[in-house]
Amino acid sequence: MTGPSARAVVIGASSGALEALLGILPGLPKGYPLPIMVVVHVPPDRKSLLAEILGMKCRMGVREAEDKEPVCAGTVYLAPPDYHLLAETENCLSLSSEEPVHYSRPSIDVLFESAADVYGPGLIGIILSGGSDDGARGLQAIRQAGGTALVQRPSLALVPVMPQAALDVCPDARSLSLEEITACLLEAATV
Amino acid sequence: MINKIEDIEIRLLLDAIFEKYHYDFRGYSTASVKRRLHQAVERLGCRTFSVLQDRVFHDPSILPELLSFLTVQVSELFRDPAYFRAIRELVVPHLKTYPSLKVWVAGCAAGEELYSLAILFREEGLEDRTLFYGTDINPAALRKAEAGVYELERIPLFTENHRRSGGKTSLSDYYTAAYGAAVFDKTLRRRAVFSDHSLVSDAVFAEVHLVSCRNVLIYFDRDLQDRAIGLFKDSLTRKGFLGLGAKESLRFCKHADAFAEFAREERIYQMRGVS
Repeated sequence: MTGPSARAVVIGASSGALEALLGILPGLPKGYPLPIMVVVHVPPDRKSLLAEILGMKCRMGVREAEDKEPVCAGTVYLAPPDYHLLAETENCLSLSSEEPVHYSRPSIDVLFESAADVYGPGLIGIILSGGSDDGARGLQAIRQAGGTALVQRPSLALVPVMPQAALDVCPDARSLSLEEITACLLEAATV
Repeated sequence: MINKIEDIEIRLLLDAIFEKYHYDFRGYSTASVKRRLHQAVERLGCRTFSVLQDRVFHDPSILPELLSFLTVQVSELFRDPAYFRAIRELVVPHLKTYPSLKVWVAGCAAGEELYSLAILFREEGLEDRTLFYGTDINPAALRKAEAGVYELERIPLFTENHRRSGGKTSLSDYYTAAYGAAVFDKTLRRRAVFSDHSLVSDAVFAEVHLVSCRNVLIYFDRDLQDRAIGLFKDSLTRKGFLGLGAKESLRFCKHADAFAEFAREERIYQMRGVS
């Protein structure tokens, strides 16, 4: 199933993100022992309400990441609009305003590739509903570093393009329902 | 283990760049530097970071190319309009009380932010008493800043940003369009000095009333951030202002106590009085 000792979770989503995230994150307990970093494609030029909305539904703490913010277990960190979110070290996040990737800033690939480098086999990467192919390369990087790759089953996703693109590049990623993904995350935390 | 070797190679490469050219990227945020070096080896056709290191030592033409990868040059005129609106509405009234002003745009890249402030200061009647310093480590970026020429296709965004920042004039008053480019009015940089300055290794060079340094510190690790903010602190006059990027703060900085939050959302700080 998941690796022997998961230390962090990264999630990428685009169109249909809110529904998909609400199918997973509220199912995790307050003291969930892993940090979760999330990239959702959001418009660059306005404040995002995602953290507030998720915060109301989740028992874990949810917030937009700050540059050089220490990584704490039990917290969901969202990439802010118009910035890439990167895992700097196991204990520290960083932001960047480098060029958009796949026309998007934040980009899922940028988070996933940096996190794969930092956490190696201790990382779980999840691609949810979306209409681009951002995240496919990043998920592949996670697999190559020995991490765990999960994908929302395209037939169950609001917009199947992104999970399908991820599966095309990472055929050994597990294609699951949101309930199954939640169960995986709960299980990874108990090992 | 592959990653471990790569990490060693990157460390040696950054050492090589420093030893040979005195550009010091060793205190930059690792994740972002790695990412950009990956792009560099790919585009420069180097098989490994060690091959690139060899070229750093033996091929002088590599430096400008490498700098273009290692320094991030992404900005807009009036990027984050709310920031410029806060400068206009909250900071300018304070600045108006000084007979002469100095403004330092640290990490000015291709000059977008400096031109934004120059336009804003002209609109607010402060231009004639102000001297602007724009500094960066990348000579190619400084040349672009001095030229003040931007792609025409970026102008609609700049215009919209300017409007949302509370602009009192039309942005088209400040440039002429020619051959697919917008050439900004030379008089905007009449009172601007662009020069080479490194936040990593150089010292304070002037006493200033406003430092605007946005989306530069995110590329530094915490120690280097502390150094840069220390420079700003030592450059600013009593009650001087420091503007940071929308997601930058002094929260994790050792000089935080020297500053008070002035416009919280827009990340504008003010130096406290005598300590």
